[in-house]
Amino acid sequence: MYKIVSAIFLAENIKKIEIEAPRIAKKRKAGQFVMIRVGESSERIPLTIADSDPEKGTISLIVQGMGKSTRELNCKAEGDSIHDIVGPLGTPSHIEKFGTAVSIGGGVGTAIAYPTAVALKEAGNYVITINGARSKELVILEPEMRAVSDEAYITTDDGSYGFHGFVTQKLQELLDSGKTIDYVLAIGPIPMMRAVAEVTRPYGIKTVVSLNPIMVDGTGMCGGCRVTVDNQTKFACVDGPEFDAHLVDFKNLSDRNKMYLPEERKSADLFAHKCNLNTLK
Amino acid sequence: MDAQHITTKERLAIPRQQMPSQDPVIRSHNFQEVNLGYTIEQAQREAQRCIQCKDPVCIKGCPVNIKIDQFIKLIADGNFLGAARKIKEDNVLPAICGRVCPQEDQCEKTCVLAKKYTPVAIGNLERFAADYERENGSVELPTVQPATGKKVAVIGSGPAGLSCANDLVQLGHAVTVFEALHELGGVLMYGIPEFRLPKEIVQAEIEGMKKLGVVFITNSVAGRSVTIDELLEEEGFDAIFIGVGAGLPWFMGIPGENLLGVYSANEFLTRVNLMKSYQFPDNDTPVFNCTGKNVAVFGGGNTAMDAVRTAKRLGAEHAYIVYRRSEAEMPARLEEVHHAKEEGIEFLMLMNPLEFVGNEEQWLTGAKCLRMELGEPDDSGRRRPVPIKGSEFILPVDMAIISIGNGSNPLIQQTTPDIEVSKRDTIVVDINTMATSKESVYAGGDIVTGGATVILAMGAGRTAAAAIHEKLMAAGE
Ligand SMILES: Cc1cc2nc3c(=O)[nH]c(=O)nc-3n(C[C@H](O)[C@H](O)[C@H](O)COP(=O)(O)OP(=O)(O)OC[C@H]3O[C@@H](n4cnc5c(N)ncnc54)[C@H](O)[C@@H]3O)c2cc1C
Ligand SMILES: Cc1cc2nc3c(=O)[nH]c(=O)nc-3n(C[C@H](O)[C@H](O)[C@H](O)COP(=O)(O)OP(=O)(O)OC[C@H]3O[C@@H](n4cnc5c(N)ncnc54)[C@H](O)[C@@H]3O)c2cc1C
Ligand code: SF4
Ligand code: SF4
Ligand code: FES
Ligand SMILES: [Mg+2]
Repeated sequence: MYKIVSAIFLAENIKKIEIEAPRIAKKRKAGQFVMIRVGESSERIPLTIADSDPEKGTISLIVQGMGKSTRELNCKAEGDSIHDIVGPLGTPSHIEKFGTAVSIGGGVGTAIAYPTAVALKEAGNYVITINGARSKELVILEPEMRAVSDEAYITTDDGSYGFHGFVTQKLQELLDSGKTIDYVLAIGPIPMMRAVAEVTRPYGIKTVVSLNPIMVDGTGMCGGCRVTVDNQTKFACVDGPEFDAHLVDFKNLSDRNKMYLPEERKSADLFAHKCNLNTLK
Repeated sequence: MDAQHITTKERLAIPRQQMPSQDPVIRSHNFQEVNLGYTIEQAQREAQRCIQCKDPVCIKGCPVNIKIDQFIKLIADGNFLGAARKIKEDNVLPAICGRVCPQEDQCEKTCVLAKKYTPVAIGNLERFAADYERENGSVELPTVQPATGKKVAVIGSGPAGLSCANDLVQLGHAVTVFEALHELGGVLMYGIPEFRLPKEIVQAEIEGMKKLGVVFITNSVAGRSVTIDELLEEEGFDAIFIGVGAGLPWFMGIPGENLLGVYSANEFLTRVNLMKSYQFPDNDTPVFNCTGKNVAVFGGGNTAMDAVRTAKRLGAEHAYIVYRRSEAEMPARLEEVHHAKEEGIEFLMLMNPLEFVGNEEQWLTGAKCLRMELGEPDDSGRRRPVPIKGSEFILPVDMAIISIGNGSNPLIQQTTPDIEVSKRDTIVVDINTMATSKESVYAGGDIVTGGATVILAMGAGRTAAAAIHEKLMAAGE
């Protein structure tokens, strides 16, 4: 059992959870994730390590309630425990001094991009962050992102805060303004990552995305997380999760992620009956 | 039933005792064990078939050289606990090996009765003795030698790791087992299904080791959570045994393999056995709903048999084994093939998949296959399957499970560059000691041999334990 030392909502349905996991806290690098199992009958699900405190021996996860497993986790409070956590898994982000690096996060993808943005800054890059949300209340990690950015932009779909529009429009605006961009990291919903890849493709800018296929073990043992990159099959949990955006078959990824939709709906419905706790802020 | 006064002729006249099993129609809908085990009468009768050879050649067929003639005599004499203890002198997991060893290629193959009669059912008797001991609560904890002050780390809790840990802890060493998954037992837990090997039996063995003092740490991936060098240099381990198995599923590399509904056998079996998705939604992990569907498993080994029989139990209408050679070449245990047929599994031999085809939503709808025929023998003497021109056809299937074997997971090798590996990424060892090229690091089981058997993995774990012990004690002087 692994103890939760703090759990706070950052926005509606998005919770930051700090868990005791000293070995992971000591070893993790930007871009890596953990597999967790909330309770004894729960699924194993992957979550990116958003932050860690090696001294305190804790790691932080930022979780968006999607279905049963993430909502079950978001029902947990300080002092509760989760059954299993294993990591750090996945190949760490490739970090070097690229020059000007743009980190783009969509929704909870902002949390996944955050540790890599920190590492890019530490490596001496000029860091631009663009973080998108549907509306103002859903913007997360704004102060943290500002702290690591040379330029920080927020976009909202409804225009309630920051730039009115999508992250890709902001990126295009930067490119149109004649800015030289050497590296782009994009993490968020599949349509967003695919759209970013299309924006940078004509410019030949190195663009990396963090893929979110369905995982089981997270150690390379099952092949369930396979993605098609450059017409080759890769296991995202060990070969990734980060890949060259211009080579990823996004269609295959988004199709495969629909594999268990009826079952996921059933689990979520049953959970809604079971859990009376308000998972929202 | 006086075993002493029975002539050889009388012994040879006793028919081999059939293992009682659940009715095929009933069992193909449940996950309970298929084989029910011998009764005491059956076990003694089967034991009487053994003619107690002066030169018991059966022993040479057993990879760990169990004193087969002796334990069988103990069963014939009614000393079942004595038989169990005799077996345990050489095999620490008899209830498991009695169930899953490919006996027809090992001990029972060399039994003198095999040629003219039917071999003594050594595996069934081994299982009987071990079950008798466990079910009567008579398992004795072995004595543990005084503490040596030495620390050994074992990576992986499959049969190789468990047997190594078991020997070392009895020799007085402090043993910590690191396991990547949340559950202990390796393939015995996540691969081989309950209907063939009840998980309770595996857990009973592990509980026994905990009582002896073995410390188990789950959720710990060597190479990621902690490296071999860190264990040696920072955590003070004096030696390490690597028993991480062959856990990287091979795919066929044919078009359509990433369609929805195409699984590796590892994923399918892990979802069902480890994550208990056969109890969805009580357990959260989903798995393809096989009810009324057509499922094809590609391959002919034990894993393929386990996968296809699992699909049948989950309600598949048609469950096929598709294999490119003929039945004679299938590497699966004979008993599993026999059981699979009884359960209504359809065997499509001499057939090779070329491509998977799907619908608009990218769900699998069929496997394009080519029929084969047996041609000239190849170097190994086996007749090589050759395609029949123009024989392509589409086998309609909703789910495909690829079961063509596993490679080795390279995590440890990548993070420990001074361990020598083969071209196939397996770890290279000295087979007398299981020592790797790296000082104080040993390895055994599937990570060394590639996918093999439980008994070979267990034997390797024990060989390594003996070598580690010798090394540590010499160093201590
Ligand atoms: C490497 C990686 C890192 C991730 N990091 C984060 C993170 O930091 N924060 C966060 O909120 N989310 C993260 N995710 C996504 C998160 O794992 C899924 O939202 C979660 O598994 C959904 O589970 P559920 O039962 O709540 O929802 P469900 O309703 O079961 O699923 C919702 C959707 O999530 C996907 N999904 C379902 N099961 C899995 C699974 N076992 N593994 C992966 N995806 C699945 C499917 O596309 C599905 O349609 C990450 C995913 C990956 C692969
Ligand atoms: C479905 C199936 C059916 C089979 N049926 C039979 C049969 O009937 N008879 C027979 O004799 N053999 C059978 N086999 C083969 C047999 O199970 C294996 O040969 C045997 O389990 C190998 O043992 P092992 O200890 O080397 O590895 P495994 O049993 O594979 O155990 C390795 C363990 O190490 C863990 N691990 C992996 N990487 C790491 C890491 N980096 N850090 C920490 N832990 C790690 C794994 O999670 C696993 O628990 C079958 C195999 C399968 C898959
Ligand atoms: S361990 Fe396997 S090979 Fe050896 S006697 Fe038992 S069943 Fe036969
Ligand atoms: S070879 Fe067969 S008959 Fe002879 S001792 Fe062994 S089991 Fe008995
Ligand atoms: S999640 Fe099983 S191999 Fe990646
Ligand atoms: Mg789910």
